[in-house]
Formats: sequence, structure tokens, C-alpha cells
Amino acid sequence: MKDTNLAESVDTMVRQKILARNVSVHYGETYAIKDVSVDIVANAVTAFIGPSGCGKSTFLRCLNRMNDTIDTCRVTGDIRIDGEDIYDRKVDPVQLRAKVGMVFQKPNPFPKSIFDNVAYGPKIHGLARNKAEMDNIVEDALKKAALWNEVKDRLHTPGTGLSGGQQQRLCIARAIATAPEVLLMDEPCSALDPIATAQIEELIQELRQSYCVVIVTHSMQQAARISQKTAFFHMGSLVEFGETDRIFTTPADPRTESYITGRIG
Amino acid sequence: MTDVLNSLLVQDDRTRRRNAAEVRFHAYGLGAIGVAVLALVLLLTSVVSSGIGAFRQTYITLEIPLPEEKLDKSGRRDSAVMARVTTFGYAPLLRDALLATMAQKGLTTTLSDTDIAGIISKEAAATMRDHVLANPDLIGSTVTLDVLAEGRIDGYFKGRVTMESAELDGRTSPEALRIVQLLADVGVIETRFNWRFLTAPDASDQRPEAAGLGVAIFGSLYMMLVVLVLALPIGVATSIYLEEFAPRNRLSDLIEVNISNLAAVPSIVFGILGLAIFINFAGLRQSSPLVGGLVLTLMTLPTIIISTRAALKSVPPSIRDAALAVGASKMQSVFHHVLPPAAPGILTGTIIGLAQALGETAPLLLIGMVAFVRDYPAAFTAEAGLFGEAATALPVQVFNWTQRADPGFAERASGAIIMLLVFLLAMNTVAILLRRRFERRW
Repeated sequence: MKDTNLAESVDTMVRQKILARNVSVHYGETYAIKDVSVDIVANAVTAFIGPSGCGKSTFLRCLNRMNDTIDTCRVTGDIRIDGEDIYDRKVDPVQLRAKVGMVFQKPNPFPKSIFDNVAYGPKIHGLARNKAEMDNIVEDALKKAALWNEVKDRLHTPGTGLSGGQQQRLCIARAIATAPEVLLMDEPCSALDPIATAQIEELIQELRQSYCVVIVTHSMQQAARISQKTAFFHMGSLVEFGETDRIFTTPADPRTESYITGRIG
Repeated sequence: MTDVLNSLLVQDDRTRRRNAAEVRFHAYGLGAIGVAVLALVLLLTSVVSSGIGAFRQTYITLEIPLPEEKLDKSGRRDSAVMARVTTFGYAPLLRDALLATMAQKGLTTTLSDTDIAGIISKEAAATMRDHVLANPDLIGSTVTLDVLAEGRIDGYFKGRVTMESAELDGRTSPEALRIVQLLADVGVIETRFNWRFLTAPDASDQRPEAAGLGVAIFGSLYMMLVVLVLALPIGVATSIYLEEFAPRNRLSDLIEVNISNLAAVPSIVFGILGLAIFINFAGLRQSSPLVGGLVLTLMTLPTIIISTRAALKSVPPSIRDAALAVGASKMQSVFHHVLPPAAPGILTGTIIGLAQALGETAPLLLIGMVAFVRDYPAAFTAEAGLFGEAATALPVQVFNWTQRADPGFAERASGAIIMLLVFLLAMNTVAILLRRRFERRW
């Protein structure tokens, strides 16, 4: 399996999607991210691993400017998606977030119907001209999120009535309904049981075909299973970044080795 | 290993003490609830038992001839000329009608004619005059009118006045009570439901039987409308801004602290503020329900702001993140996803604020709503302006009536309290229904 992973990742390395250079983040006086530079490629899964509080989620939230909602947060450095600086003053975070979808640690469907949950993004971005188009978008998103068969008969029941795993897939459907190019996932499986986790992981493998997926995870096994590239964060710095296969077999940095062998973290 | 000390079948000292403490705490709780329920029952029984009488009123049915030579000497039915006949011109007609009825029923009495006239309320002549002036064609005919009985007579039929108390009373006598009892037996005097109590304006302190809550209810509803229209949008907008948009800094902290302080400011202070700003500075009319509504708005705002902010705070932040992450703007996330689940809390807070304002007396005293108001305010007329004339409010009316000497007003005051409680109950019911209606679960 590792071999095919590697083969695929080499195959898709052609296009750089996200370029981050010397990114630093301050929360008030706290220096949360120190000078991180990373290249994220399209049509691949990039995993961020590291111990709790190492800054991997913070860095992820820089990629769609969700950190903007925190008053004290200050981001410096250069992040480019498709060559465009997303922190440029001309960039509207609303447009950026339609292009860079996000799935959170805890499933957070809106307290509305399943249909409305998925349709909300397309609605506010004006992606559907009529009811039929909207129906198509919703169906398509739910199918991509592997949830359609389970919910097609109860689209108008509350999204909050689904199980945890279904809710998380609903959130993924909601994120991909706005037709993003990048999908950010912040520990999407940490609140789920092993079966739901397996379903989500399988789903991520499929999503990779069409999206650039960046996932933060606590589980090294998960990172090894689903990602083509892995970045190891420690104490706010990017320690090591490379092919998943190489990181887990021959880590260059002793801290990475300690972490993946369970000595720290 | 049969160590008796560690047996699970025997409670050790510690467990026993702990269980005893739990039992005691349980008892304290029950005791507290008992006291509260007892207080509520006492309050309700005392108010209802003394106030229920206000909802029934004693009427005398009289056949009254309306002679033209007394009421319209000119014979032209000119209302300006007819209006020259004052209530003093009508009162003898009523007295004569009552005397005639008594003679017809074969009732004899030792009372003087003046004492007989005293059975009829002084308000009756005014009512009759208004009736005749409104219908000048009635002059010359005989009309059948239900006129108010005097307050003591009314009290007799409600059990407030007895033969013994009448003995000591300057305004009635045992003989008068005997006569009215006989009149009641033949159906001339009747006690029935008192619509006038809900519609009539206040009456002078000699005529408790004529006093009603009409103007007070009008004033209170008017003020509630003003409060709702002003305080709800201002309060909700303030809360949304402070909670969702305002940067967290010294200034917003200061505003926050002061809003909490404002909620604790004694209501009479708002009255002084209203007097200084709305009446002395802005020149609005004294005693006008508009000024009352403005003052109550100031008083209600902090309540609405605090409860709205609590409702907004209780919406999980993950919902805001979710909305932002699919590319909603800040305002879209607030209006589409934060406000709807917060709505029941906001509405409940608003209605509690309104209920508080409805029962507020002190600030209204200061802006002159304690005035004796004999007529409905002529709002929306040219001379009064849009927000017109004086009105009172329910709690102020209670305050007014409890200060008057006639025991008839004690009954009226309790009746007004019942109405106030009915309004509050209705508002709280609406709050509960709205809550049920809008409640969502996560």
C-alpha cells in the first residue's frame, strides 16, 4: 500500500497548490507558529502531525483565514494559493473560504434540515439559479460525501438528528457543496468511533481525486494510511516535511523519530 | 475474611452523616418551596377576595320621563342650548323616577326624599345627561335606564356594608338598606357583571361606583407598544453589536459594565431622567403616555440587552465557525445561524422586560402620570398632537385608588391589581408559547 501511495504522490506532484513561506502567527504575546514554509500539492492528501499545542491547527486555520475571527491573532509571512497572496488587502476572506472549504474537529451541522445544511453555501454564493439546480448540487455533494444513500429519504429532517459519523460526512458535504478547490480538515475523526473513522478515511481517499486535501490529525496511523505528504510540527515549528512514506520510515530529524516511535508527544 | 467493620451491609459513620446531610438539604428545599407557595396563595386569596367585587356592580332600573319643559325649554333640540341644563337639572328627574317606582311597588319609607335620592349614584345624572344630549329625540318620551346605585348601596349587595355599619355611617342608613333590599326583591335593583370597570375612566373620590380602569388600561397598553417598538430593536441591535462585532477592549468593557449597572439603577431615577430630558428639555407633555413609554423604554433596555446577550452567547461558537467556513460573511453568519436559535431567549427576555415595565409605578409618578384623568386621551387630534394628552397606567391607578378614603376604592384597587396580574399572566403565557414555538435542539 505504501508503494502505491508513493507512486501516486510522485505522479501528482506536478502542481503546487499552496505555497507558504516564512509564516509566523502570534496570539497576543504568544508566538504560536514560527517561520513555517511548506508546499502543498494539488490532488493529494497532506497530513499535519505533531503533539497537542504544536500549532498544526493554527497553521491550518491560516490557510482559509479563519484566524481572522480571533482579535489578537496576527499572521505574518506569505501564503499563496494558485500564486495569489491570500493575505493581500484586496482579498475578501468570504471569497477565499468559498474556495478553501473546512471541516472541523467536532461535527457542527447547522440546526436545520440536511438539505438546508448542504444548500446553505451554494445559496449564499449564488451557485444555483433555480430549485432543480440546487437539488442537483445537494445530491451531488451528498453523494461525494458518501452520505446520499443514507439520507436521501429524509433530506428535510434535522441534520443534528444524524449519528456522529453521519454528521461529520454531512459537514464534508456542506464544505464541498460550494465547489472548493482545497479542503481543510481539522482532526475530522477525533470525535468518531473506528467504523465512522474508516468511512471518513475512505471518503478522503476519494476526495483526493478532485480536491487538494489538508488534514490535521493526532493519529500517526491515520496520517500513514491516508496521506501522501506529511508535515511534522513541534513547538510551533515545522520540523520535517516530506513524503509520508519517507517520514515514517527514515525520518531525518531526531525529534520526528522520537515522536513517531512514541517517545515524545 | 469476615471483617465486620468493612461490611457493606452496615453504614459507616461518615456515610450516615453524609446521608443525614442530604436528607436535611432535601427538607430545606421543600420548606423553601412551601413558604413560597404559601406566600403566593395568601397573596392571591387576599387580592382576589377583596378585588373580585369590583367586577360586579349594582344597577337600578328606572323608567324616567324626560319632560321637554325641563330639559329643552326652547323646544328646538339645539344641543348648545340643551347643554345649559346641568346635572342639577337631571338629578331631580332621577329622584322622582325612583320615588314613582317605589310608589308603584307599594313601598313606604320614613326616609326623606333627599335620602332616597342618595340611593342613586351622583354619577347617574351625568350618565343620563350624556345619553339625552347624544339622543335629543328622546326628550318628551319616557326612557328605561339602568343607573348606578350609590357606593354604599353597592357595598351592601357585595357584603361590604351591613346594617350594623350603616348605623354608624353618615352616607347611608339601615332604613335605606331595607328599602334597597325590598327593591332588589322586586327586581328593580340588580347586581351584575361590571363592564364599566374595564372601560370607564376614573371618577372623583366621592363616586367609587363609577370609577373604571379604561384610561389606565389604554395608557398601559400604549406605553407597552412604545416600549416594544423602541426597546426591542434598539436592545437587540445593541446586543448583536456588542456580542458579535465589537472589538474586545477597554471601551467595550466599560460599556458592558455600565449596561449591567443600568439594570440595577432604581426605577425612580429613570423617572427623574425622563422628567429632565423628555419634559423639561424636549418639551413633551406631562402625563402623556408617550413620555411614560420613553421612560420605560430606558428602563427596559438593559433587561433586554442582558438577556439577548445571554441568548446569543448560548449559541455554540462552532455554529459561527461553520457558517464562516462555508464563506458566509459575518453578518450572514449572525442573521442566518446565530439569531434564529437565540430568538426564544430574546423574546423571553423582551417579554419579561415588558412585564416589568407594565408593573412599574415610581418613574411614572415623576412624569405626572399620577394625575387624575377623567377622560380618555384625545390622541391623534390636531390640538393634542400625535401623542396627545394625559393618561394613567394600571399600577399608578392602583396607587391612586389606595390613597382615597372611600372603602369602595379599596375594592377597586384590588380589582385593578387583579387586572394587572391578568395582564402579566397573559404576557408570560405568550413568552412560554413563543419559547416552545421557536425552540430548537442541537
